[in-house]
Formats: sequence, structure tokens, C-alpha cells
Amino acid sequence: MTLLARRVIQGLVIVFLVATLTFALVRLAPGDPVAAMSPTRSLTEETREQLRRNLGLDRPITTQYLAYVSHVMRGDLGTSFIQNRPVWHAIRDRIPETILLALVALLIDYALGVFLGVVQGTRPKSRLDDLLSVTTLTIYSMPVFWLGIILVLVFAYGLGWLPSTGAVDPAVYDSLPLAGKFGDRARHLLLPAATLGLVGAAATARYQRAAMLDVIHQDYVRTARAKGLDERVIRVRHMLRNALLPIITLFGLSFPVLLSGTVLVEPVFGWPGMGRLAAESAAGRDYPVVTGIAIVGALMVVLGNMLADLLYRVIDPRTRAAA
Amino acid sequence: MMRALKHVARSTRGRVGFALVGFLVVVVAGTSFVSPHDPVAQLDLDRLQIQAPSMAHLFGTDHLSRDVLSRVLYGARISLTIALLSVLLSATIGTGVGIAAGLVGKTLDAVVMRAVDAALAIPRMLLLLVVFALWGHVDVLGLVTVFALTSWFGTSRIVRAEVLSLRQRDFVTAAHALGLSRRRLVLHHLLPNLAAPVIVTATLGVGQIVLMEAGLSYLGLGIADPTPTLGRIIEEGYHHMLDAPWISLFPGLIIVLIVIGFSLIGDALHDSLNPRSS
Repeated sequence: MTLLARRVIQGLVIVFLVATLTFALVRLAPGDPVAAMSPTRSLTEETREQLRRNLGLDRPITTQYLAYVSHVMRGDLGTSFIQNRPVWHAIRDRIPETILLALVALLIDYALGVFLGVVQGTRPKSRLDDLLSVTTLTIYSMPVFWLGIILVLVFAYGLGWLPSTGAVDPAVYDSLPLAGKFGDRARHLLLPAATLGLVGAAATARYQRAAMLDVIHQDYVRTARAKGLDERVIRVRHMLRNALLPIITLFGLSFPVLLSGTVLVEPVFGWPGMGRLAAESAAGRDYPVVTGIAIVGALMVVLGNMLADLLYRVIDPRTRAAA
Repeated sequence: MMRALKHVARSTRGRVGFALVGFLVVVVAGTSFVSPHDPVAQLDLDRLQIQAPSMAHLFGTDHLSRDVLSRVLYGARISLTIALLSVLLSATIGTGVGIAAGLVGKTLDAVVMRAVDAALAIPRMLLLLVVFALWGHVDVLGLVTVFALTSWFGTSRIVRAEVLSLRQRDFVTAAHALGLSRRRLVLHHLLPNLAAPVIVTATLGVGQIVLMEAGLSYLGLGIADPTPTLGRIIEEGYHHMLDAPWISLFPGLIIVLIVIGFSLIGDALHDSLNPRSS
């Protein structure tokens, strides 16, 4: 079996297990879904029975479980109580915004994080290294939504450079030419993406610094120096390329953190993505939407890990031979 | 372990970390004495609304004329209590599950570790949202339970890997050859060797739970109103960002200090327990 096929099957198993877990949580929770759907309790007993039957709650638990899992595997995540439409449709509308935000955040995260880590790792224990270490630790320790609020306060209200909320300016967006539309989107994207990206970059820089320090004393670096290679070539070709390997592992691990971050950052910026939908649905007790987003989120994490695997094989030829 | 602690106390990071955490724990433990006001008392709705920080109110007052310093102190006490208890519980669960998976047998190991893989694939915040969408608001004990039950996956994986490698070591083989009971093997031979990685993970976990608790209460989930939690104070301040930025500013700074403190201790411990990496 090829590695890709094995990875796909592993991913499907994980999604299946995630669906099992959400099913178990829903069944363990107190109260009855019918009561959750109609908190006003004005339903007659007859209507309740009808609803229960429609939801399949009168069937044995094993039947319910099998039905649920087979629905999830086919992409049917149930119906939203609040929006009164399929959960998948509610999520589908929000996914592009979250992916856009996450991708730009990742770009800032790794570009800035790797750069800072290399700067620090090639000058260990210098004053610049110490200063950057304190800075990254501080940013890493900030609640991401709090950092977002501060950036809004400074760059939107204080300096007035960037908009504070939304993905576009609804008043003018439709009348803008294509380039103007792009600019409007970019201006709205910058603050939320920078918020997520900065916290990520702080973590990445700490890892990258440690990875650089690990390779700095390796024999091949000394050999390269002995050969009289240019210091810049040594840094990029010999040190950075080897020090990037642990960072790719980190890249695979950063997807769950990133998605958790969107849950907190999107509400601050009124960003119309999946994270804000999850936060609002949880507050409104609309659990089919929240479990649906958890399953979709897990799927994204699985895909992200596959991407990291692929990158690993591109950068490290040894893993290609081993596969 | 004692040697490691001494080593930590000699490193700059360890010292700063212990000083920060020690200071915060003392202040927070004495909240009832230190706190100038009742955290939920509306002092004077006419004259004390939205007062900037001053000698009378070091962190200012909020839109309901409550003293922000008092609120932040009580919030920090709740956050730290929740985080420490959750970490204690989750480290225990993670260690137990990890030992069981690494020691008992292949089938259990495979089942448990696949389940852990699945749980780790769900972004933690989304997993917590599922719980709160289903259960609604909880009390402190409920929140500790939720955090503990959703935070042990990583620890169990580390412990399992450690147990698998310890099993290959001579002293474990010798213990087997001597016919030691499994109980004795776990208590006297495995646990002392597992302490280091578990303590490092747990120390770093405290800050993570403080951050998550703040995030949940920022979203209006978690512990019910009117308990002042750090995240909720930030959320209240968010609506007064322009006229009273101090409401959000101070609770955020306290969170940063708590997380930095525990990160520094965790990093210093990690270095002193793994001499190779220092």
C-alpha cells in the first residue's frame, strides 16, 4: 500500500473516532435534544413525541450511533437549531473566510518566526538574542484575543490606519473596482491575521532558535567552515535546511492551535468565519453546529498533518528512502 | 529531583520564574486581605463610574463603578486555582493512562492511543465549545473537571513513550527477573523515572489552562456571572475600549505574568532535567 493511501485511511479512522466521541458527548449531556430545541417549553407532549421520532431518538442507541456516524461520513452533520438549515451549509459559508485568515496568519507566523529564530540562533547569548527571547516569551504568553484588542486600540482607533471590524467595508465594497476590492479585503485581513500570526511566530521563533543551536555544533557545519564556504551559504544551506526539520513537525502541530485561535480572534474582529460561528453557536447552545465544526476542524487538522508529512519528504531525502 | 531544583534555582530563568509565580501566589492567596474592595460591589454609580487609575483605585474603576484591582485579584485567584487543580488532575490521568497503555498489552495500547490521536486532532478550543454547548454554565469544580478531562492526551502520549523505552532498560528486566509484582514495578521503578517529563509538561500546562480559561470566559462560557474571571473582565472592558482601556489592560497583563512565570519554571526544569539540551 502506498504511503498516501495509508495516510488517507488513518485520517478517515480519526474522523470516524471524532464522530464517535461527539456522539458520546451528546448522549452523555444532561437534558433531551428536544428540550434544547424549544427552550420555551410550550410544546404539547404529542409534538414532543413527533419531534423525538423525527430525530430518531426513539430508536435503540446502537442504531442511532450507526446512523449518526454514517451520516457524518457522508457529510451530513445534522440541522442547526438556530439557523434552521443543514449544519454543513452554515459551516460551508464560513470556511473560506477562516481558511483565508489562517493561511495569512501561517505566512506571518513562519516567515517572521523562522527569521527571528535564525537571527537568534546564529548569535546565541548576544544582547539581541536576549531581547528577542524576552519579547517572544511575552507575546507567547498573551491571551490571543487580548493582543487583538490592543492591536485594534492602537492601529484602528489610535492611529486610524486600519478598520477594526468585518471582512470588508459593506458600504463601499460592491462599488469598488477589482483592485479596490482586493485592497479593502487586505486592509480588513491585516489585523486579525497579524494577531494570530504574531502569537504563532513567537512560538515558532523559540523552536527555530533551539533547532539552530542544535545544528550549530554539528560536524558538517564545521566541515563547511573548514572548506572556507561563505558564512551565508553555511547558514542557509547547512544550518537552516537541517534546522527546518523540527519546524515542519511544529507546522503539522500548529493547525489545531491555529483553529483554536480563530475561535477567539474572529469574535474580536467581527470576522465572519467558522471560529466565530462556533463561539456564537456554543453561547446559543446550538450544539449540532458546534459538533459539526469540531468534526470539520479535526478533518482540517488531519489534512494539515498530511501536508506536513509531504513537506518533510520534500526537505529531508532520508524520509523518502525510508518510506 | 532535589538536584534539579537546585539547578533551576541557580539559573536566571528559574529564579525569575519562581519569583514571579511566588509573588503572584502570595498575593492571590491573600486576596481577601489585600483586595481593597468587594470585587462585585458597585461603589458609587453616580461618581465612581469609569475612573482612570489613581491612588484611590490603582487599576481604575469600570462602567459599574467596581474597583478593577479587586476584580483582577479575585479573577487571578480563580484562574490559578482552576489551573493548578486541573493540571494536577490531568497529569494524574495522563500518567495513569500512559502507564496502562505502555505496560498492559498491545490491544489496550492500540485502542487507547488511537482514541488519543482522535482527541488530539480536535482543536482543544472546539472540544471545549462542544462541552459547553451541551452542558451550559458550570461551577469551578465542573470547570476543573472539564479541563482535566480534556488536557491529559498529550501527557499520556509522552508517558507511554517513556514507559516503552524504560521497559527495554536493564533495571526493569532485572525487576522482572526477580519476580517483582507489577504494582511494585510501577511504584518503585517506573514512576520515579517518569516524574521529570510529567512535571515539565504539567508546569507548562498551567499557563495553557490559564489562557484557555480566560478565552472561554471572554466568550461568555465557563463559570457563570457575576464571578469576576480574568477573561470576563477583559470582555467587559472591550465594550469600553475607548473611554476606559485600563479595564481590559490590567487583567491581560496579569495573565501574561502568570503564563511567563510558569513557562520560565517549566523551561528551566526541562533544561536541568535534560542536561544535553542546556
